[in-house]
This record gives sequence, C-alpha cells and structure tokens, in this order.
Amino acid sequence: MPETVFSARDLAKIYQVGDTEIAALRGVSVDLASGEFVVLLGASGSGKSTFLNILGGLDTATRGEVWYRDHLLTDATEAELTDYRRNHVGFVFQFYNLMPSLTARENVEIVTEIAADPMSPGDALDIVGLGSRRDHFPAQLSGGEQQRVAIARAIAKRPAVLLCDEPTGALDSKTGIVVLEALERANRETGATTVVITHNAAIANMADRVIHLSDGQIASEARPEHRVAPAELSW
Amino acid sequence: MVSGRMLPLKMLRDLWHLRGQALAIALVIAAGLSTWILSLSTMRSLDNTMDAYYSAQRFGDVFAEAVRVPSSVIERIREIEGVATVQARTRLPGRAELEGFPDSITVVAHSLPDNGRAAVNRLYLQRGAMPSADAREAVVSEAFAEAHGLVPGDTLALILRGREIRVTVTGMASNPEYIYQIAPGALFPDHLRYAVLWMRNRQLEPLADMRGAFNSLSLRLAGGANEKHVIAAVDDLLTPYGGVGAYAREDQMSHLYLTEEMRQLENTARIFPLIFLGVAVFLLAVVIGRMVRQQREEIATLKAFGYSNAVIGLHYFLLVVVIVAIGGVIGIIGGAELGKGLANMYADYFRFPYLYYSLGTSVVASGILLTLAAALAGTWHNLRAAWRLTPAEAMRPEPPERYHRSGLERFALFHRIGQTTRMILRHLERRRLKSLLTILGLATSVSILMVGNFQGDAVDHMITVQYGLASREDVTVTFDQPRGPDAILELKRLDGIHEAVPYRAAAARISHGHRSIRTGIQAWDDHQRLHRALDADLRSITLPKQGLLLSEYHAAELGVMAGDRVSVELLEGRRPVFETTVAAVVREYVGASSYMHIETLNALLFEPGRASGAWLATDALLDAKIDAHLRELPAVAGVNRSEEALQSFRETMNELVIVFAFVNTLLAGVIAFGVIYNSARLALSERERELASLRVLGYTRSEVAWILNGELVLLAVLALPVGFGFGYALCWLIATRMTSELYTIPLVLEGSTYVFAAAIAAAALLVSLLIVRRQTYRLDLVGVLKTRE
Repeated sequence: MPETVFSARDLAKIYQVGDTEIAALRGVSVDLASGEFVVLLGASGSGKSTFLNILGGLDTATRGEVWYRDHLLTDATEAELTDYRRNHVGFVFQFYNLMPSLTARENVEIVTEIAADPMSPGDALDIVGLGSRRDHFPAQLSGGEQQRVAIARAIAKRPAVLLCDEPTGALDSKTGIVVLEALERANRETGATTVVITHNAAIANMADRVIHLSDGQIASEARPEHRVAPAELSW
Repeated sequence: MVSGRMLPLKMLRDLWHLRGQALAIALVIAAGLSTWILSLSTMRSLDNTMDAYYSAQRFGDVFAEAVRVPSSVIERIREIEGVATVQARTRLPGRAELEGFPDSITVVAHSLPDNGRAAVNRLYLQRGAMPSADAREAVVSEAFAEAHGLVPGDTLALILRGREIRVTVTGMASNPEYIYQIAPGALFPDHLRYAVLWMRNRQLEPLADMRGAFNSLSLRLAGGANEKHVIAAVDDLLTPYGGVGAYAREDQMSHLYLTEEMRQLENTARIFPLIFLGVAVFLLAVVIGRMVRQQREEIATLKAFGYSNAVIGLHYFLLVVVIVAIGGVIGIIGGAELGKGLANMYADYFRFPYLYYSLGTSVVASGILLTLAAALAGTWHNLRAAWRLTPAEAMRPEPPERYHRSGLERFALFHRIGQTTRMILRHLERRRLKSLLTILGLATSVSILMVGNFQGDAVDHMITVQYGLASREDVTVTFDQPRGPDAILELKRLDGIHEAVPYRAAAARISHGHRSIRTGIQAWDDHQRLHRALDADLRSITLPKQGLLLSEYHAAELGVMAGDRVSVELLEGRRPVFETTVAAVVREYVGASSYMHIETLNALLFEPGRASGAWLATDALLDAKIDAHLRELPAVAGVNRSEEALQSFRETMNELVIVFAFVNTLLAGVIAFGVIYNSARLALSERERELASLRVLGYTRSEVAWILNGELVLLAVLALPVGFGFGYALCWLIATRMTSELYTIPLVLEGSTYVFAAAIAAAALLVSLLIVRRQTYRLDLVGVLKTRE
C-alpha cells in the first residue's frame, strides 16, 4: 500500500462576495497516495481549482483539514506555506507563467536555486525532451515547448506533488499530447503524486484515478482498469 | 465629440485607479508651475515696486559729489541741456553714539530743504514727522531705527567734523538712494552700525561749514536727455570745486545692488521650472504609455462598438488634462502664495517700504501654456498610439516580450549571480530607455538638492577667503578726508592696536578700447600681512610699483588679461589720466575693485603720504577701549568691525539661504518621489504576473520584493554619480549667472552637500519602496494562474 501524501477531511471554502456567500467547496474528503496520477474533472465553477489551490498552499480553507504527510496545511502560517511550496509542490499553469527574461534553463534554475534537494536543471529539461532548447528564451519557444519548460521547472525540485491546472488548456491536441507525455514521464520518473485538473474528459483515461467534482462536492470517483498512454488519447 | 456618460465615467475610474501615480505627477507639475509663477511674479512685483517707488520718490538720474561748490553754480547746472530738476545739498559723513549700544555707528547726514520736500530723492516717511529747521532734529533711516528699536523722541549723539551734538529723532524714513544700505568701506549691510540721517539745511549747513555752498548733487533728467552729455557737463562745472566725477543711476550704489540682485533672480528664474516640467514630461510619457498598452483590449472593444478614433484619443487626452489641471491648480495657488511670501521677503531684504505684488496674467498664462505643452509633449506619442490602434490588432494580446542576453553577460561575474538578479539586469537592459529616463529623473532631483546646499557652501567659502586670506584686519577706519602719516601714527599709539596699515582709495574710470567701467582703486603697501590681494590659486600677489591689478570680474568686463594696457582716469583731485599695464588679475568674491601700490596712486594724485583710512589689527580684549579712543580722534569718520559686519551679513544671508534650501529640498523631494514611485508602480504593474508566479513557486515576499526593489536601488545607485555630475554643472551655471560686480560666486561644493543630496534621494527611495512593498504583499497568487498576459 503506497504512503498517503494528502489527506483532506470535510474541506469547505466559502467566498464572501458582497452580501452573498458563495460556497466553492462543500465538504470534500479525499486521500491521495504517493506516486498516484489523479485527474480531477469538473465543469467551470465545480470547485476543482479551489481544491487545487488549497492543496498547493495558495488558498486557505474555511472549514475542514488538509494534511500533507504530518503537516496540517490548514493551520500553516504564510511563511510555512511559502516554504511548503518552495520545497514540496511543483506547479504547472495553464498559461505556463515563465519568466520572459530568463532562458529555458534559467527558468528551471530559478526554482532549483531555492529548493532544498533539486535535480540538475539539465536533467529536468531532458525529462521533458527539451535538452537541446535550453538556451532559448520563452519568446523563442512554441506554446507546447513553453509548457514543457514549465513542467521541467515544476519537477526540478523533486516535489512530492505536482499540481497542474489545465496544463493543455491553451494548446492544440497534438501539442497537448506531447505535454501530457512529458507529464506522464515526469510522474513516472520522479514518483511525485500528480494532480491534473481539466474539463477535458479524454485526459482521464491516462489516470490512476479520476475524481469528478460537481458543485463543490465529489460527485464520483473511479479507477480505470488500465492506464492509456497519452499518445493513444485524442480529443 | 464625447457623448454619453460612460467614457467620462471610465476616465474617472481610470484616474482613481492611477491615483497614486497621477498625484505624484500632478505634484511634479505643480512644482514646475509654482516655481515658474513664484520666480516670475516675484521678479515682476519687485520691478513694479521699484519703478513705482523710484518715480513716487523722484529718484535721481545723475549724481555727483564734490568738496565744496558755491551755490551760484546750481543755476549753471540747471541750464545744462536735458536737466529737469536739480537738488543740491550737504552730505556729511560722521559717527553717532547711542546710549546702551557700545559700538561706534557710522553715519551719513544729508541736508533737506528748509521748507517742504526735496525735489529729488524724496524721503518716504514711515513713522513720525519731518524735522524742524529750527531745532536739532533728524529723520533716520528706518532700517537703523528698526535695528535699535528707536521711536520718535529718542535722541542720539552725532559727531560731525569732530563736533558732538545731540539730535532728536522725529521720524523714520526710507529713500530710493538708500534702499540697499551699505556703509563706506563695508562689504555687507549692517543696520546696527550704519545710519543714514536727514536734517534741515539750516541745521546741517553750519556743522559742515557749507553756508552758501553744497557738496552733493542729484539731478533728474528731462525725457530724451543725453545722460553722457549731462555727466560730462556736470563734471566740467564741478571739477574746479573738487568734483569726484558725476555718475549715472546705474552706478549708484543702492541701485546697483538692487538691480544686480534682481538680475541674479532673473537669470536663475527659468532654470528650475523647466527642469520640473521636463521631469513631468517623462513621468506622463511612461505612465500614460503603460496605461494605453494595458488597455489595448478595452480600446479595441470600444472601437469595435463604434467609438471613433477621435473620441478614444480625446478620452485619454482628457485624462492627461485632468492630471495637469490638478497640478495646475496646486501650482498656481502654491506659486501665488509662495511668490507673495518670497516677494515680501525680498522687499524686506531690499527694504522697500511697500510691495506691489501682482501675480500677472501673462505670468500665469505663460505658465499654463508651458505646462500644457509639456503634457502634450509627454503624451503625444501615446495618444497617437491609442488613436491609431485598429480593433483587430488590439484584440490580440501584445506580443510576448523578447529578451536577450544582456551585454553584461560577457563578463564572467554575471554567471555567478542568481536568477532573480539576472532578471533585474535583463529587465533593465530591455527597458533601456525607461531605465535611462528614471536615472535622469532621479539625477535631476539629486542635482537640485545639491544646488540647495551649494549656496551655503559658496557663502562659507567666500567668507573664509575674504576674511581669512584677503582682508584680515579686525577694524577698518575711514578718515574724513585723505590724511597724512600723522593720522596713522596717532592710531598706532593707541592701546590695543597692534598694527595700522594705511590705505588710499580713489574712484576711477578704467577703459580698454571702447569698453569702460567705473570702479574704486584701493592702494596699499605690501610690507604687511593684514590686507592682501589674491590670485586665482588664492596666493597673495605682491603689489608692483608700476601697473594696476584688476579683479577677475572687471578684467572680463574690459576684456583684458595680465599684460594688457588700459587707460585710467582718476576721478579725484586733478583727475589725472594715464595709461598703465594690468599687472595681474585678482580673485575676489565679495565686491570688485582695482588695486595699485599706495605710493604710485599718491604720486598720481600729487598727494604723497596720504591715506584714506587704515586697517587695524587689534587686541580683542580691548575692543571697547579702542572704540572709545577712536571716537576721540577727529580724523576718524567711520569705524567698521569685520566680525560685526560678518555677523549681520550671515544673519541676512542665512534667512534667504535657509528658505531657499528648504524650498529646494521640498521640490527635489517631490521629484525624487515622483520618479521613483512611478517607476516602482510601473515595474509592479508590468511584472505583477511574473512576481505572483514566483510567489507561487515558493519565493518569499521579500525575495519577490527584491526583484522590484533591487531594480530601483540599482537605478538609484547609477543615478547618484550622474546626479552629482548634473549638480556640479547646475551649480556652475548658477554661479556663472549670479556672478556680478558685487559677488563672484565660487564653485565650491562640500562633501556634506553630496552626502545630503544622496541622503534625501535615499529617503525618497525608501518611502517609495515601502509603499510598493506593501503592494507586492498583496499580489493575487490565485488569479495569476488563470490569466494570461
């Protein structure tokens, strides 16, 4: 039985917008295991981003608990959360969020510089297949390449968890598959628990587990019989 | 043009969103406009006041002094073509003593007609009444009265021609001849120890032995008169009676000081406003430019809805107009208030009895036009960009920023620095123009800060050189008329006087080619170390037996150098005219004179062994005793103590210098803050996404703040040497423009001036950084994941 990395209990998040309260999460409980590849599906507004943000230490919960190993994230201070993100979480964003003034390699280094036990930036770029483009600036890379740099940046710190928010959302399907391959390989080679949120149901087929969120609650959970390789996906 | 409510509403909301930056720009504009209004309205008001005062008090056009002229000559002077009014009078130098005031007071007494008012140089009675012709009564200069708190009815002892009389003060007055009051032989005004006094002719004539005669003359000219001819004609008439050369108003002491100071003001009046407006141009350019870039999609959407280019352009233009208007209102109100204050301060300083302050429509109008022109210059490019943007083009996000390896990366050191520092350097290099403008803006502020302290540094240096190296005497004694060696011996015999150095002074006209100046020649003997002339390296110059020494100012005026020949006319005695060589050029900060060897000057005047006065080195402990002794000597007409003159000069200067330095610091602080704060805000808005991403990646708040702060700190560090260079140049410009016959301003900048400028700039930096730091703490970490640039 693999180790449990995340444990969420009765997690709720309520936003105050003017006089109205909007419940983004209403009591989510879930455990995520080490090395697991989880796809989080849901429509816009289902609460999947909020859930991911709380896991990533970017947002705080209104109620409930999230444990990362033996750390209670829902109780952590701002400084503790920063440290948590710095050493344990790898983020991949929909719009890559690379530093335009740094080359591919330097965009990875910006994370390895501050992390406790990073791999070499070259190795990280090799994992995503961009070893030969390391000295290019973001403006010289295609969208898919930029996203792969972002994946390299996320895994270079050897994170315990890789959080990806619509990683293929801004890409065409062909490029998206290349990115998913990189993600799958990263998951396999680093053993990081990988959470991908998407509204693209096709991606669910490459997951160990698929969690369906709806209206701030877990609507369904499934473990596909066998994982499909990204190359076989299509949408 | 603009119809509907929505665009104006959008403009107001945009403005509100930009409020910090808009206010910073408005303040810089306000500073520019207010200095413009302040300087020009002060100049104008002083000019108007001077003109009004001169004309009301019938200030003379031509002046002349002689030894003793029979009254019958007056009629002949009246007959000179072009002379409108003649006022002959007795002018008598002397001393005064005031109960409870230990020091000797130098006095110049003037006669007034026995009845009515003088035809020329009328008194402006500020308090009390005119004196009677039948009693020992006098009106005194109000500056002196104020310094001592005199009121009508007070009395003082007058020592004129060795006779002591007691006069009652009936009133306090000012006079156009003595707006700027400076005792003969003194370098600075000293209202405690110098009094101008007016008595009726019947009272003063006998004391001066001037019955049926006069020794001083003022004329007013008719319109169209030829001043030069009148001066020559007066000289012809007065020379037989010991005339010392008539002179025009422009050479009249008080008027000369006044106009020189006003010329200085005028010369520097436009420098500062233009600097401020230049900075405002830069700030508007970057802020509005950034806004238009950020609102590309909004502009496109509006255009897609059918808003015309003109309406969109006008929309952004109005935003600029509102910022300028805010700055304009603050600037006009501030400028008018400060101008009134400054003009009043100057009016006090010059001792005008009243001030006609007028803001002047043309001053305000020119200021507003200038400001609008500056605003348009700063935003034209951006307004045109908003105008020209096509909807389809604008709907696409701006192309991603292209970065390159910076030139710095050729250096090995670059490879050892961290990624965040690398980001700073590449960003600065990518935004070269903006970085350069920020450096220039900050450097401007540093340079203005230096100017504020430069004046103090220069005055200190002038005093050190003047009193420490050149005029080292403790006391300057002026004789009532040129005296022989006995007078000096008498001085030397007094207790407490270590040294008495005779000097001779004579008025002269010096010409070279078609250029000519009127100046005083001072002459002494070099066998002493009390009083010296200095060269450009501040080394003492030996006075040659042959030749003339000229101050740098006069040498420049005449266009001569050491070795050139000049023609000299002495305006005394037999008025000899001779040619001589300029032996050397003298560095002189206070006043401008010419110098000769005393034996040579006396020989030219056919008066060997004579002295106009003496410089004394005295025992400080015996000052009171020495003063008492000096008072007893009939030959002594005036006593000036350097220390006291210096003290009162410092007091006068300090007030002006401190006010100036304060205003300067305030304005420069506004610039520094405006530039840094805007740069910081811009950098934040340009890089918000990048910085928030770094926060998400695990960078701490302070690490992220460093990227912004480090950039600004680096720019500030680069700006310092540039600012020091600008400051030096600006001080040079001001020193050159302020140099006049009265003062040569040395370009001296103390280390503390640099430190002060750097410290204020650092303070402005710190305040801006703290404000922006708070904003970096509020970065939206979640939002950044979802938005694209």
